Amino acid sequence: MSETLKKNRDPMTISGYDAIDCDIHPAVPNMQVLMPYLDDYWRDHLTSRGTDRITLHLTSYPPNAPLSSRPDWRVKGGLAGQDVDQLRTQALDAFGSRFAICNPIYAAQVLYNEDMSAVLCSAVNQWFAREWLDRDPRLRASIMVPSSQSPQLTVEEIERCAGDKRFVQVLMLCQNELPLGRRYYWPVYEAAERHGLPIAIHAGSSYRHAPSNAGFPSFFVEEYAGVSQNFKGQLLNMIAEGVFVKFPNLKVILAEAGFTWLPNFCWRADKIWRGVRREVPWVKEAPSEYIKRHVRFTLQPIDAPENEPKILERVIDQMGSDDLLLFSTDYPHWHFEGTDALPKGFPEHLKKKVLFDNPLATYGRIRDAIRAQEKEVA
Amino acid sequence: MNVQVSPDKIKPAQAKPGIVDCDIHPSFRNKDALKPFMSKRWWNHYETYGSFTRKVFSTYLPYPRMSPDTARADAWPPNGGAPGSDLDFLRKQLLDQHNITHGILHPLRIGGYDQRNLEFGAAMCSAINDWELADWVDPEPRLKGSIYIPQDYPEAAVKEIEKRAGDPRFVQITTAAFASEPLGHRRYWPIFEVAEAADITIGMHIGGMPGHAITGGGWPSFYFEHHFSNAPIMESVIISLVMEGVFERFPKLRMVFVECDFAWVPAACWRMDKLWARMRDEVPHVKRPPSEIVKTNMWFTTQPIDEPENPEHLRETMEWLGFDRILFATDYPHWDFDDPDYTFKFKMTPQERAAIFRENAMKVYKLDKAA
Repeated sequence: MSETLKKNRDPMTISGYDAIDCDIHPAVPNMQVLMPYLDDYWRDHLTSRGTDRITLHLTSYPPNAPLSSRPDWRVKGGLAGQDVDQLRTQALDAFGSRFAICNPIYAAQVLYNEDMSAVLCSAVNQWFAREWLDRDPRLRASIMVPSSQSPQLTVEEIERCAGDKRFVQVLMLCQNELPLGRRYYWPVYEAAERHGLPIAIHAGSSYRHAPSNAGFPSFFVEEYAGVSQNFKGQLLNMIAEGVFVKFPNLKVILAEAGFTWLPNFCWRADKIWRGVRREVPWVKEAPSEYIKRHVRFTLQPIDAPENEPKILERVIDQMGSDDLLLFSTDYPHWHFEGTDALPKGFPEHLKKKVLFDNPLATYGRIRDAIRAQEKEVA
Repeated sequence: MNVQVSPDKIKPAQAKPGIVDCDIHPSFRNKDALKPFMSKRWWNHYETYGSFTRKVFSTYLPYPRMSPDTARADAWPPNGGAPGSDLDFLRKQLLDQHNITHGILHPLRIGGYDQRNLEFGAAMCSAINDWELADWVDPEPRLKGSIYIPQDYPEAAVKEIEKRAGDPRFVQITTAAFASEPLGHRRYWPIFEVAEAADITIGMHIGGMPGHAITGGGWPSFYFEHHFSNAPIMESVIISLVMEGVFERFPKLRMVFVECDFAWVPAACWRMDKLWARMRDEVPHVKRPPSEIVKTNMWFTTQPIDEPENPEHLRETMEWLGFDRILFATDYPHWDFDDPDYTFKFKMTPQERAAIFRENAMKVYKLDKAA
């Protein structure tokens, strides 16, 4: 067993169990790092327009907002999450994560020009494999794609990356040009299913629509509080359009979505479905059944009172399954202090499931990697 | 031989304190129902240009309903007309049948509140208010009126409230919950100010077509999703009201949220509390944790009731929210009507039952003082 492996498999800081962190955020520091991964046309195009030197932060994550980075995780003069060594220490070592899945959130995903979006997403994936994945065997990545603008170019990028088994899922933002269940996106789901890649839907908006279902909120705190509503809309749309009927092996991860809203979502969706299911006859089971089989939720943020841990336990019981939650720190976003990614009073019997078993059951490519490691040990 | 029973003997239900139903939908007997209450100028305008709002069909909602008129199959009056349009039948099928002593009217349908032509919208709202009184509240005092206002035209809304709020036949103001902007925005504050001053509750019923997509990710495909979306949109409205500081500025304002479900409220409070603690420097005008604001200034109606497999799960959720926050409603005559005898599938104490079916609403709407 290699030294790295041995070190990584020491008793865990947070719980004594192996952990697989299903949502961390390395940052693309600027567009210039991507230039070596572009062809001559695009490199010239972007530099001559000065595009490579403009700052394109997503409105969904103002970099200086408290939520966007915990104070002790900030990077001086740069973006939180842009430094590989700092991320290894803070996001991996500190939690004893055996694997961590990287979900970069970056302008490339949301540009209106679908070709520009596609080449920059591809550049991010190439840069990430070289500069990050090659440098730490614990890191895994999501494939960044122009899914909103071009399912066709998205499929091409999935095909290009799928051979590298360190890419373990496809990343989409929550708010796009069309609701995510629409047939427009089905080629993406077909490709993902075929390669055994789950789809991660992450908080964030391409601003093609008002960012909230009630319009434009005045404040960031207000907009972010409303993020779970956007996930509810997408989850129901995927169920109603029949995505899980058409793609029976597809897994979908709602990342940074919160999850304490799920019991009410299921009660309401199941009841309405019973009343109107003749409108969507292909939806043969209650929405909650599809969720149990196909949909998983990353742990952070945990929207429950910290001083009453019993309530979180009750909510998880109301969710009706212990299989739904996947450990995440959401590094460097600020949801908890120290290493309390599992909050105080988190149900003991769920720790191993959430930290390790559920992620493992969700990510086939991480299962394969662990099998390979175990072979190496043997 | 038939014996004429004395009137005293045919009302056994009156012995029990009755129910307050916070959501009843009256509808028009015919297309000219508002004509007597509108000026010639605006009636002609309506006949010529119709309803001009921010949605795809001028005469219908964006998604065809799953039942004719969105109604219970048995709610069509035997003498003709649309469900909810026949007062006698509504008395029999709803008020008498369920011993409803107070029924709060929420006119929907025509959409005076979301007209793009603001003056026309104001005229229509005012006509709807006159129609409520003439056709419903005056002939049937168990029914209580809602002051219907064009919320996106606050000057006219304020005038309409000032004109009506002293009339005890009206027990609340009603707005479209889905307005041009999230309803906490300052442009709506004149409405809140006058409501607070008049000590009258605002009942926000789902509805209104603000123009933007009904989910943050775009327009969904099905009525299934449209119907579902009513609760998450109301959740965003509540977040707006809290984060804009509406209840800091108008601390005595009472708001009831109607037909939007309530089991999501605790999770919304937990999320808002955590984020407010983290980023309250962005909203320094919000002085108290959002959950406290919800628990002092907001109430929620029950229909459409959630039906978890384990009914105790709903009870837990109600305990988190507080039994004092919850008001019973039937949503008559719509298809997802809740029958008061079958709404709750778990045990309640007599006090809890009284609070939800009657006492909370009596207090919030000050119904003891109503006409």
